[in-house]
Amino acid sequence: MIAEMKKRQPIGILALQGSFLEHALAVEKTGAQAVLVRLPKDLEGVKGLIIPGGESTTISKLLDAYNLTDIIRNLALRGFPLYGTCAGMILLSKKIENSNADLSRVNSLSLIDITIRRNAFGRQLESFEEELDMPVIGKRPFHAIFIRAPLILQVGSSVRILASLKDNSQHNLQGKQIVAVEQGAILVTAFHPELTDDLRIHRYFLEKVKKYARQKNDLIVNSFI
Amino acid sequence: MEKSTYSTKKGLAQMLKGGVIMDVVTPEQAKIAEDAGAVAVMALERVPADIRAQGGVARMSDPGMILKIMEAVSIPVMAKVRIGHIVEAQILEEIGVDYIDESEVLTPADTKHHINKHQFRVPFVCGARDLGEALRRIAEGAAMIRTKGEAGTGNVVEAVFHMRTVMDEIRKLSSMSKDELMAEAKNLGAPYELITEVGVTGRLPVVNFAAGGIASPADAALMMQLGADGIFVGSGIFKSENPLKRAKAMVEATTHFNNPKVLAEVSKDLGEAMHGLELSEIKEKDRLAVRGW
Repeated sequence: MIAEMKKRQPIGILALQGSFLEHALAVEKTGAQAVLVRLPKDLEGVKGLIIPGGESTTISKLLDAYNLTDIIRNLALRGFPLYGTCAGMILLSKKIENSNADLSRVNSLSLIDITIRRNAFGRQLESFEEELDMPVIGKRPFHAIFIRAPLILQVGSSVRILASLKDNSQHNLQGKQIVAVEQGAILVTAFHPELTDDLRIHRYFLEKVKKYARQKNDLIVNSFI
Repeated sequence: MEKSTYSTKKGLAQMLKGGVIMDVVTPEQAKIAEDAGAVAVMALERVPADIRAQGGVARMSDPGMILKIMEAVSIPVMAKVRIGHIVEAQILEEIGVDYIDESEVLTPADTKHHINKHQFRVPFVCGARDLGEALRRIAEGAAMIRTKGEAGTGNVVEAVFHMRTVMDEIRKLSSMSKDELMAEAKNLGAPYELITEVGVTGRLPVVNFAAGGIASPADAALMMQLGADGIFVGSGIFKSENPLKRAKAMVEATTHFNNPKVLAEVSKDLGEAMHGLELSEIKEKDRLAVRGW
């Protein structure tokens, strides 16, 4: 079949905990191939990696337990594309502000120059859905689901803001509420595109993968695992 | 902007998938659970093994104690209400717990009706022994299901039976023709619309965890291999010799449930597991799983 002759782009989905099957389904729907990653060897051949929603404390411990933290970090520092949603965004951020907790709970990969706040809107009762303007994926608003979501408080100069919440007043928070940014090959969103049928953000990430994934990626991956 | 929608309720359960939710009775235990990598904790005054041993009426826990646990950890906190106890649920929603478990482990408050969970902003998880029971709870508004097992026994046999039953019934529905579905809806005692949906998708419309008697990493991995989306551990951790080590092992076993090499490694040197109960030692009237209608 024609579809089989065309080689599908293998995209890793970090499958330690959380919404990884939802991400895998979305990736498969775009025509790429989803590869579940639980151990370093699973990274072989993948052209990019999605870190799903879930509990950031849990995922960070499981990353450390099987040496994935350093491997993913080293890959990313050489331009390997990464996309983090919610917990994934927390794990990729350089700085985590958390007013009532010690920072040691989440051992961040520390790759994207943003400061975030965990559970920024409050507990589950404050989880919400909202239409979001995100020009890089088109004019039609994106229906975004936020679950005990984090928020981006500050961004570094190399970070591009892709989406912010429209109405600050409804969340009793001050300032601009940034919920999606990118820095080179790294994309993060505070919400969960994997919980909707809208594939535009996954497609946007896959475009990034195509752009950044050069053949040297294979060599890099193989040198770390 | 819309808060507390069904998508956000179901969505939190989706974020817990592949994880372990642990029963805790103090803030210190909650911290141990969080350190071990639990995705959430269930705050309660007595674990099921103690409820079973002590007898008497088991009610919702002290909200003050639940609040202390909510302050102690950054992961979601769940708490239990009695079946049909609308006011206990209102109280837990008021203090802002992340999920309510309308649980057969507590003494039922209503012998005919469960809570109408659509009326609440807080999401609910409910127990089920079979597909009909699961779909009745979902129709009432449950955003997450757990198979019941037999809580407080440290014996996985009932959890296995309930998970296999649910999975079998789903497979059966998937293979039925459309004109057989109404009779099957009647047979299972579940709404026709949900029966049709499961028939088409081949899965429950919400996340389904395993619970009741899971006491070792191998138990956790077994339930995952049978199709559970994640694991509840009640008495199994803090009734064992080395709770932190066992809790960590169960978290890793739930993630690497298909990898015997990892499972062998994490199962080593865990110390004594909880003693446990043979099911035949429990009289019919003392079974918790039969509570629920």
